[in-house]
Amino acid sequence: MNVTLLYFARLREQFGTASEAATLPAEVKTLGDLVAWLRARGGHWATELAEGRAFRLAVNQDMADPATALKDGDEVAIFPPVTGG
Amino acid sequence: MKIQVQTAAFDLNAELAALYAANPKVGAVASFLGLVRDVNEGDGVATLTLEHYPGMTEKALARIVEEARSRWDMLDCTVIHRVGELKPTEPIVLVAVASSHRQDAFAACEFVMDYLKTQAPFWKKEMTPDGARWVEARESDDTAAARWQK
Repeated sequence: MNVTLLYFARLREQFGTASEAATLPAEVKTLGDLVAWLRARGGHWATELAEGRAFRLAVNQDMADPATALKDGDEVAIFPPVTGG
Repeated sequence: MKIQVQTAAFDLNAELAALYAANPKVGAVASFLGLVRDVNEGDGVATLTLEHYPGMTEKALARIVEEARSRWDMLDCTVIHRVGELKPTEPIVLVAVASSHRQDAFAACEFVMDYLKTQAPFWKKEMTPDGARWVEARESDDTAAARWQK
């Protein structure tokens, strides 16, 4: 399964990229699986996406939770809690 | 309904007039104008840079406005949020609601702002004498949005 990953604000800076095209291994089926897969990269990925860290997830531009199932072609965004207004 | 994300400044009088000038059913317009402050968490702020998630931002704002329209008598609504680099005293956000009566206009305007603060994908980075830092989300904003839950 191929997905597009987008990062914003502090996460974009820490990860050193705003977006990437990712080919996910078969065992990555949900948003939670994806976060665990990214966390396993270590370094800033492990720190920023650690259990208990505050970050938000969106799939195809809607807020989503870790139980959300992923499908081919999804646009997944990971970002800090929002601070507009 | 007008929802806009832009770098440019906006004309407050023109935006408010657009909500009522052509609609004699409007008896009240409540508006909120958010501004860049020169101090945050005790430190001076020279500039504020706003980033957003193009596409999702507009979608999230439209959903918030729709939710407000389902709860209150809302004849029209304008939401303008600026992005890019802003300086103290510059407007960041305008939420204005037109209604027949003031109670609905006040409530809907406050609701849209509270949800915008917690649901719309904008992020602020401020330049202080110690360098640049990302503004942290406040728990009080979550509390403000939560009180509207039915």
